[in-house]
Order: sequence, then structure tokens, then C-alpha cells
Amino acid sequence: MNKSVREPLFHLVKRDGLVWWKSWIVRLVAVVLSLLVSGILIFALTGENPINVYITMFKAGFATRRRFWALLQNVAMLLCVALAVTPAFKMRFWNIGAEGQALVGGLATAFCMVYFGDKLPSGLLLLVIFLSSMLAGALWAVIPAIFKATYGTNETLFTLMMNYVAAQIVSYFTYVHSNPKGSGQMGVINKATQAGWLPKIEGNNYLLNILIVLVITVFVYVYLSKTKHGYEISVVGQSENTARYIGIDVSKVIIRTLLISGALCGICGFLLVSGTDHTLTRDTIAGRGFTAIIVSWMAKFNPIYMVVVSFLICFLQKGAVDIASTYGFNDALAEIITGIIIFFIIGSEFFIGYKIRLTHHTKGGKN
Amino acid sequence: MNTVIAFLTRAIVQAIPLLFGSTGEILTEKSGHLNLGIPGIMYVGGISGVIGSFLYEQSVGPENIQYLPAVLIPLCCCLLGSLCMGLIYSFLTVTLRANQNVTGLALTTFGTGFGNFFGGSLIKISGNDVPSITLTATSNMFCKKLPFAASLGPVGRLFFSYSFLAYAAVVIALVTSWILTGTRIGLNLRAVGENPATADAAGINVSRYKYAATCIGSMIAGLGGLFYVMDYAAGVWSNNAFGDRGWLAVALVIFSIWRPNVAILGSFLFGGLFIVHNYIPNLGVATQELIKMTPYVVTIIVLIFTSVRKRREDQPPASLGLSYFREER
Amino acid sequence: MSVPAIELRGITKTFGQVIANKNVDLVVNRGEILSILGENGSGKTTLMNMISGIYYPDSGQILIDGKEVVIRSPRDAFQYKIGMIHQHFKLVDVFTAAENVILGMENEKYNLKEAADHVRKICDQYGFELDPEKKIYAMSVSEKQTVEIIKVLYRGADILILDEPTAVLTPQETDKLFAVLRRMRDAGKSVIIITHKLHEVMSLSDKVAVLRKGEYIGTVKTSETTEADLTEMMVGKKVSLNIDRSDPNHPQDRLEVKGIDLVSPEGIRILDDISFTARGGEILGIAGVAGSGQKELLEAIAGLQPLSGGEILYNNPKTGETENLRNKTPLEIRELGVRLSFVPEDRLGMGLVGNMDIIDNMMLRSYKKGRGIFVRKQEPRELADTIIKDLEVNTPSATTPVRRLSGGNVQKVLVGREIAARPTVLMAAYPVRGLDINSSYTIYNLLNDQKDLGAAVIFVGEDLDVLMELCDRIMVICAGRITGIVDGRSAKKEELGLLMTGKEAEDE
Repeated sequence: MNKSVREPLFHLVKRDGLVWWKSWIVRLVAVVLSLLVSGILIFALTGENPINVYITMFKAGFATRRRFWALLQNVAMLLCVALAVTPAFKMRFWNIGAEGQALVGGLATAFCMVYFGDKLPSGLLLLVIFLSSMLAGALWAVIPAIFKATYGTNETLFTLMMNYVAAQIVSYFTYVHSNPKGSGQMGVINKATQAGWLPKIEGNNYLLNILIVLVITVFVYVYLSKTKHGYEISVVGQSENTARYIGIDVSKVIIRTLLISGALCGICGFLLVSGTDHTLTRDTIAGRGFTAIIVSWMAKFNPIYMVVVSFLICFLQKGAVDIASTYGFNDALAEIITGIIIFFIIGSEFFIGYKIRLTHHTKGGKN
Repeated sequence: MNTVIAFLTRAIVQAIPLLFGSTGEILTEKSGHLNLGIPGIMYVGGISGVIGSFLYEQSVGPENIQYLPAVLIPLCCCLLGSLCMGLIYSFLTVTLRANQNVTGLALTTFGTGFGNFFGGSLIKISGNDVPSITLTATSNMFCKKLPFAASLGPVGRLFFSYSFLAYAAVVIALVTSWILTGTRIGLNLRAVGENPATADAAGINVSRYKYAATCIGSMIAGLGGLFYVMDYAAGVWSNNAFGDRGWLAVALVIFSIWRPNVAILGSFLFGGLFIVHNYIPNLGVATQELIKMTPYVVTIIVLIFTSVRKRREDQPPASLGLSYFREER
Repeated sequence: MSVPAIELRGITKTFGQVIANKNVDLVVNRGEILSILGENGSGKTTLMNMISGIYYPDSGQILIDGKEVVIRSPRDAFQYKIGMIHQHFKLVDVFTAAENVILGMENEKYNLKEAADHVRKICDQYGFELDPEKKIYAMSVSEKQTVEIIKVLYRGADILILDEPTAVLTPQETDKLFAVLRRMRDAGKSVIIITHKLHEVMSLSDKVAVLRKGEYIGTVKTSETTEADLTEMMVGKKVSLNIDRSDPNHPQDRLEVKGIDLVSPEGIRILDDISFTARGGEILGIAGVAGSGQKELLEAIAGLQPLSGGEILYNNPKTGETENLRNKTPLEIRELGVRLSFVPEDRLGMGLVGNMDIIDNMMLRSYKKGRGIFVRKQEPRELADTIIKDLEVNTPSATTPVRRLSGGNVQKVLVGREIAARPTVLMAAYPVRGLDINSSYTIYNLLNDQKDLGAAVIFVGEDLDVLMELCDRIMVICAGRITGIVDGRSAKKEELGLLMTGKEAEDE
């Protein structure tokens, strides 16, 4: 009378934490698999031996000093945003507005360069730029934070929308200050005076940027793991109940953390505008605000791993761009390959967090 | 009068891609999945249609194409492409329980990369010798209008001057709206998005609903990309011209408070805001950019308003963004 | 001779080492209300979960209408017209009652209007009061429960199982529910109700089955038994545990709780005019069935629950001053110099952070210590090592996340941290729940040590034998009210059992 009982062939069990080296093997396997899949894809497109292709990729990043520095600059910029979003993420505040927060940082930088470029001495000007970019980024992040803390407004959607508000304001600004007039492009700001430009160190365009990001890396690492604030962030992120139990003011922590997160994003905008580009467009951040979220997540919010992950992603992107130009393809190949690798890595987390157990079948109910 | 009609018609043409995108996203979000890959999916939907139609046009010659295959091939390619994107997303977030935000953003990276890559390399890969991807012939097929529209005067133009995909967008939105509120499937789907444990206890297959909603939602959104190239862009593909439409579609979801029928009017409003600057005399180029900001600002205001007001019906689905795992002993 | 509606024979179920049910037999006829009576952890809910398809028994048989059946899922249970109303409601908040009722019913045409009419019909038939179009979020707890019951009836259930249905209801609502249940019985349905409230058993049921620690004690006719007999069946004979109990050492009034009231956000009165004094140098036990307000009482004292009335006065032994702790945050309480330690019931969800290691969990109480922005790990590290050594915590190292430890070790870490602050008031909620015997004795000894050091210890427990051997005084609460405060040395188990089920001491 009882119809055949359909039981799934397997069921999932949450794992109680895998030994660290096992979990890294899983991730490594994921990276290797993703490279294999990308290799097949590239082979299908070019007909070229994938090994040669990977050699080409490797050369793209390391062949010359100039290329290597350019790669490091890219790593530093991505890392900067990834570090910036991390305090918020560790608190389980889904700030996906890093793009906008960095962009308003860049906007503040460009603004100061345009308006104070010929009014302030260069040292003071840089300081003003630096502070205002932080302030702008912090402001952009704290608005959603305040609403989240007071009314529980969904922070993911709010910060997402703030990105495009920022982009439109920047578009407005670049039209108003376009050079030549009406072109919609700002051109190089203060080309003649170089006012508000971050100085080169021994003729190296990128070194100062990289050093600043290095300092930020150490700062975020220390802030999150060594300070009372960092400790509070961890507790709020892990369990709001525990936070209340020991008397942490959760709203205060949310707002404070987002101020810091936004300010660090602002610095990234500053580095891009004042440090390398010397101009501002709505695409100045170039999607790093979104990629950074993935970097931070894949690195398990650990600043040291973030260096590795940022490097991996930038290296692959550079390499893919190089392949594309070598074989006459569009350089968007880089994004396809990045996408594939990310899919594999986030997919692999499942095998670290869960165990698949086969169901052993017991017949009927008669024992 | 004519200006008003012209404005409205153009606003509606602007609105259709957003409407497709947000209807698809609403369906997905109702199952509890915040798919931030929608911009990528719409992009892939567009390029997949372009690939299909390009290959078809090149194989028979643009002047020889037939109506049915010229429409069906891109349509099927578009649906297939966006379905694949939906499958990637749902496999990662439903089966592998990956973080939805991260997966969605990665999908958008991948999707725009996919679109730009093929947009930039299709001619080379297919070995054809044409200067650019211009599918005017196919676009003309897509844009075939009702034969009597022209004779109906301005009012007729307002209602009957669009291609079939535009009507499809409105119909799909209405049907989705009806399914969500008026059918058992919709009831089950909403239960999955609100409280998957309860749905599970009631015997609803949670994973199946999540997969279906995400994949069908992706296919609907993909049509937005197809409409954009074939109708709005008259068959000309240029990389990145799609712009922020994908994110605008996500904004529209919030603006319409997760209701596809409201999204129809909302999309017209957003479409109007998108082009209104052309109709305001003496407007500087710079100010236009500020006007383009309004959809996002309005969306933020709606978001704040609903969270302050705390009306339960206006909140995002309660389990939005969380993956579901049935604890077993 | 009629065939029983449902019959269980020799049902046994174990979870790992723990025996939840051992050889249980049960018979329920049509048109009959059976109460299943037992203390917390006696296996009542597990047993019912096996009938409703949530668990599958290790051995034994289930017979419906005399035929042996296999129930592997809630779906199977529905097929046999069995419906269970769980303690935790499974409802979608933004749906109406009718929508919730028809959720998941695939083989019926979708018609909300008809469904609502059907719901109304059921309401009329059994005397429920419910608007099918009302949204769940707008409902009171009792209305939500009604929806759950109707959900089961709508599916045509003949055997209804209710898991502690009155725990969340006011006395008036309870009366209404009982009237409905009687009407169902009269309509020929079988009703099984899990409870630990004696007076409900007496007033409602036809038969009572008693479980104790997973074992089936027996079934009696309600008309042929008394509350005292049932209590004895439920709690058993007194078992000697040999817990050391020293005499109170110069007890001083440390914490005076005066008439506090607490109302939940849903408007339910959780604490009702609670007044007592906790003295330094003694252990005050709190007994009561689960969910009588113990958790909220401790949380209120710890500053985690906003009170609607009353005062909590703390006499500072150092300064001799008295502070009112009412509606102060945990931080403000600590800043007043009150050394109040609290071992909450939810160890990993409140007292500790599961993903953090032992050292970081030690810091929860002390991370603010010291000037400057950096946390100091030296002291917590030493404290972690001391606790691991002194309390024999079984852990690979002090840097192991606490969620990987066993229940007993988790509790040692938590209690160890709380007593390390040299508390003047120490509150512990169910500190030995889920612990093995050895770990339990470690915890008892720790509480006794604190008592000897002069702390006012408040101990919420569920095992009456433990309470009677450990505590100097035992306060019994029932449904948010104090029903009596008795001396721990002279208390009788039956007396406590009666107080727990709502018989106030003055009635005796």
C-alpha cells in the first residue's frame, strides 16, 4: 500500500571545519581545474597549444620591468578596494558600493585639484586632497550605514544604488570641467603645473601608490586582528546576540566601521586620480569595486590572502589581455577567464563547508 | 501634442529592456535569490541573439533571410545563452550554496566579458569579411510593426507602433504578476522566498523552485538584451553601449516593490527619465547627466521609505540573499 | 471491541549515545484525548515526531487502525491522516491564514475564495475564531496556533498531535483551545497532547501516558488517578546524587528583585510581579517547567530585557551602596562596578562565539580593559590556559574554535570565564544541560566554590534531584509567576512538582 519511498541518493552534512591544509588543497584543485577549462577555451579559439598560451600569459606580467610595475600597480589598486570593503564584510554588512565610494574619493580629488590647484602649496594641497577623498568616501558609505542601523534598510541594494548616483555626479562634473570644452572628457588635470599629483619616487610612477597600499594592508590587518574595534567587528559579525550580551552598541559599531570602510575606498579613488591617471571619468574605478568584493570573500577577509588573490586575478587579467592582442581577439577575454576562475573557487568552498554522504538504504520498516 | 507622443513612444522603447530585466529579476528574487548577475545575463542575452543572427545572415546573405528563421534563430540563441547563465548562477548558489552577492557579481563580470569578447571578435572567429556587426536585415524583421499602425494617427502610434518584443515584455510582466499572486505555483514560490523551511515542511521542493525561478527569470531578462540590440540599436552591436541598463533593471525591482505589474509603469517612468533631457529646451549636457541620476535617487528614496514604513508586504522577500540548508540529524 | 486509531509497540529511538525513547507502547482510540506527560527531556516530542514522520524509529511498530504502517515523512503521515502541531509554528508571515493553510497542497484546484470558505466552515464546526484573510504577522500567538490546527484539519487529519500547545497561551486562550479539542473528540477524532502541566491533564484528557527519561512508565485513566500519583510517576523517587552542600556562609542580601514585570513584543506577559532576594553565600535555585520565564528573568537582571515595571536593587558589598539596575545596559551595569556574571542558556549563540578560539572568547568580557586601542592577548591567553588546566577542558589547544569542542568542554570554557571575573552575583541558566556526569559535577563544584567565596549564585535547573541537593533555597515559577520559595534541605519532590505545575504554595 505504501508507494515506493523515494529517498535521495545522498544527503549533505555540514562539516565541522576542515584541516587548513586540506581546505587549501581543495582550493588549489579548483584553481587548477579552472585554468584547465580556460586553457581548453583558449585552445578552442586559437588552436594554440595551451602551454604556449600560458607562457605568453606569464610573459605578459613579468617580461619587462615596466610590465611588472604596471602589474603591481593594478594589484595595489584592486587590493586597496578589497581591503577597504573587508571591515564591513567581516561585520556581515554587505557593502557592494565600493565602486561608488572610491569614485567619490576620486571626485573629491579631482575637485580639489581643479579648484585649489593654483591656490595651495603642493604639500598642503596633497594633504587637503587626501583628507577630502577620505571624507567623501566615508560619507558615501555612512549614509546607507545610518539607515541600516536605524531602520534596517537593506544595505546591499542601498549601496548598489549609491554607485550609480556617484557615477552620474562624476559624469556631471566631467562635463562641467571638460577639456577641451564640451568634449565630456576632463583630460589631464593640471598638466602644466602637476599640482595635486602624487610625486614620483625615483622616476617611478607607481611606487608611491604601491607603498601607500602596503601601509593600508598593514593597517587593515592590525585594525582587524589587534585592536578593540576589530574585535568588536568580529563579534558583531559572528553573533549580534553575543554582542548585546557583552554590551556592545551594535549601531555604533556599524556606523563607525562603514566610515572607515568608505574612507579607505576614498583613498583608492585618490590614488587612481592623483597618483596615476591624473584625470577622472565615470569609469576610473573600472569595476574594481565589484571585483574587490570577490577578492575579499575569496581571501576569507584575511588581508594577507588578499594580496595573493589580487595578484592572481590581476596577473590572469593581464595575461589574458596579452593573449587577446597576440591573437587578435578582444581583450574582454580577460573577464571571461576571471569569471571562470572565480566560479570554480567560490564553487569549491562548498566542498570545504559540506560533506556529501551517500545514503545507505534500509528496506521498509520491518526490522 | 506630437512632441508628447514622440516622447512617450521613445520613453517606452527605452523602458522595454528594463522591464524585461526587472521582471526576470523579480521572479528570481521571489525565490529568495538576489541575482546581481542580471546585467551580465542581459548582456549575454543580447550577444547570443547577435551571434545567432550574424551566423544566419552570413550563411544565406542578408538580402535572402526569411522572416521566421530570422526571428526564431536569434530568439532561441538568446534564450539559450541566458538560460546557461541562469544555470551557472543557480548551480553555484542553490546546489553549492555559494554566496549570492559574490556569485552574481562574478556572473556580471563574466557576462559583460563574454559579450564584449564576442562583440569584438565575432567577425574574426567566424572568418567573415565584414567591417562591423550590423544586422539591419534581421533588425527590420524584428521591428515589423502592425500594418495598420501608421494609419491610426498619433494615438495609434502611441499604442501600436512597437515591435512584437515590446508587447511581449508587457504581456510577460502581466503574466508573471498573475502567476505570483493568482496561482498555486506563485504561492509556493513566494513561500520559498519568504521562509524556505516552512515551504520545505509543506512538501514543496525548494531547490526545484529556486532553479526554475532563477533560470526562467534569466531567460526573461536575456530578452531585454535582445530587444536592445535588435530594436533599439537597430541591429548594430557596439561594445558597452548597453550601459547601466542592467543595474537600472535591478533598481526598478526595488522601485516597483517586487511587483511586475508596477514595474511596467515604473519602467516607462525610468525610460522617460532616461530621455527627458532631449525634450527640455536649453539644457546643458552636464545637467543631462544629473537628470539621469534621478532613477537611482528615486529608487533609494523608495527603499528608505519602505524600510521606515515597515509595511510587511513591501519588504524584500524575507530570505533574500540567504541560502537554504535543511539541517539533518 | 474497537480497533485503536493508533497503536505504538516497543518504539525505541536513540541519537548517538542518548536513548530518547526506550520500548514505548501507546494506544489511542477514536474519540479520545490522550495526554503525554513528562518532564523536559523525557522524550515526549521525539516520540510524537516519529508518528508524524520527522524521525524514523530504530525499532518497534506503528499501527494505524490495526494495520502496521511505515511513516517516513510528514507526507506519509498526512496520508494516514495524522497531523502534528509543532511548538514552533511553520507559517509564512506575509501570507494570509488561508494561503498558509493551502500551502503545499498540490492536488487541489487553486481557489483562495473556496479555501477561505472551507476554513470558515472548519472554524464554525469546531468553534474557532479566525479570519481566513488575515495576515499571519498581524496575528496573536493563539491565532497563529489556530492556523496551524486548521492546516492539519483542512488536510483531513483524524489524529491530531499537539506539542505543548498551551505554553504560549493565556489562561483564557487555553480554555478556548480545550473547548475546541473536546469538540474534536466528540466528532470522533483522536487527540494527543504533549504537556507537563498537571491541571491541564486533569481537566482535559481521558487518558494519561507518562514518560520519564525516555522510558515509558504507564498509561492511566484520568478519572482513576490524582495529581499526586501522576507527579510521582513523572518525577520518580528521589535519587541521591551526593553533591556537596556547605552551609551558607554569613548570607547577606545582595540582589533584591522587587515586583518586576515583563511583556513580550507580542503582548504576552512573561514575568508577572516577580519579587525575591538573592543572598551572597548561598545558592538560590529556580525550578519550573521550561519556558516559564526563567530565561527572561535572568536576562532582565543582566540588562538584556527591557522591563515594564519593578526594580532590581544591587547592594554593593564593597561600598555598601545600593544601585538600581533596572533598564541599564550590560555595559552600564559593569561600569557601576557590579560584578555580575551570567552563564546564558544559549552557550554558543550568546555566551560564546562559536567560530572564535578559546582565547578570543576569554576576551569577550575583558577586551575593553586597559588603555589604548589595542587588545591585550596576554591576560586572556593566561586565563585560557588556566581554565583548560584547572577545569580539565579537553581541547587540542587554546586556539581551537570553541564550536569544535564537545558540549561539556564548551560549558567549562563559558563558566570558567564567568567566574574568573570574581563575581558577586553569578547567574547560570541550565548550566548542565547536555553534559555528561563528570562535567556536571565539575560545574556543581564550581558553583559551590563561588558560594563559599561569598557570591550570590542563582541557578536555573531542570532536574529536581539536583536542585534539591545543590541549592539552599528553591524558588519555583510557573507561567511567569512565583508559586513558592522553599528551603532546599527540607523540600519534597512532590511538593516542587506541584508548585511547578501551577499550584501555589498558599493553596496547600
